[in-house]
Amino acid sequence: MTEWIISILLLIGGSFVLVGSIGLVKMPDFFMRLHGPTKATTLGMASLLTAAMVFFSTTQAGVSVKEILISLFLLLTAPISGYMMIKAAIHHKLESIERTKGIDNIEDDV
Amino acid sequence: MLETVILIVFAMIGVSLLLNLWRLLIGPSVPDRILALDTMYINTIALIILYGMSMGTSLYFEAALLIAMLGFVSTVAVCKYLLRGDIIE
Amino acid sequence: MQLETRFRWLPAPLLSLLLFLVWLLLNNSVSPGHLVLAVILAIVIPLVTSPFRTKQPLIIKPGLAFRHLLLVLYDIITANVQVAILILGPTKKLTPGFVKVPLDLTHSLPITILASTVSLTPGTVSAEVYPWSENLTEGNKPEQQFLLIHVLDLKDEQALINTIKQRYEAPLKEMFEC
Repeated sequence: MTEWIISILLLIGGSFVLVGSIGLVKMPDFFMRLHGPTKATTLGMASLLTAAMVFFSTTQAGVSVKEILISLFLLLTAPISGYMMIKAAIHHKLESIERTKGIDNIEDDV
Repeated sequence: MLETVILIVFAMIGVSLLLNLWRLLIGPSVPDRILALDTMYINTIALIILYGMSMGTSLYFEAALLIAMLGFVSTVAVCKYLLRGDIIE
Repeated sequence: MQLETRFRWLPAPLLSLLLFLVWLLLNNSVSPGHLVLAVILAIVIPLVTSPFRTKQPLIIKPGLAFRHLLLVLYDIITANVQVAILILGPTKKLTPGFVKVPLDLTHSLPITILASTVSLTPGTVSAEVYPWSENLTEGNKPEQQFLLIHVLDLKDEQALINTIKQRYEAPLKEMFEC
């Protein structure tokens, strides 16, 4: 039974990580590429780490909850690194694709 | 069954690492490469955790935590360098 | 907005709780020795570091904060499924866009939390807070701040702004009472 839970969680996690990387390659401009890794990869990692948590809790003596730390850390830092990267991209005036709406909303920086 | 699933997920993460490497190589801009590196860090954590699971040891947890922390700090430092031309002001 | 705690020896209660939990999680044990060490760390580290830290507003309604956290976690999961579908679907149909959301929040901590929630939820990444803080002189508050977000698939701009304001900003405003 636990084997099934671990397998399903692992497969979900792996697919989300893969989808995030596909988004990284497939999307046409930087701002759209940013969406894949910041969201899909984070949830994929959370799912993988939950699987690891269940696995180590059942195969080894005692409960293993320290994997939560990595999930929490990734969940906290993903928006921040995304924010830093989009700030750098705006600073370098990266081109966004033509059909992007509301480009005028970007103000020139100092 | 679990061994097979772990192997399949190994392959998935491997493919995503290759995709990230492709993005790292073709760019075209510096933020793109930073994004690819950041994603590679996260995928490496996944790879290490999976390796620990297939070996049946939780010793690799500390390595994963360290990679997570260093990856975040280096991403922020490189972005800061791009923004300001200086890391510590 | 409340900046100071009631207890002088506990300058940041949430930080203390976090340190306590992280120490126990890192050691993966609840033995009495680790419990005592965790309590000592949780009290000493905030006391020593509090002079260096800028005062941040405290969460006044912890119950509401907890409910908001659960809502955000639920939204993260649904958001990921949506974004995965968008990514795997045809790229040509996506209409990305930049949207400026006017903010009611004034302090930087609630704005940071709002920006992070927006980054983790459906198809949006927060990019910038306007006006630029570098352009403002010291102690000079801007009348209206904006959050610039990038949307992966922009359908209805006004509806999106309303969702962000009602679903994520209103609870934050209430729990920090600012």
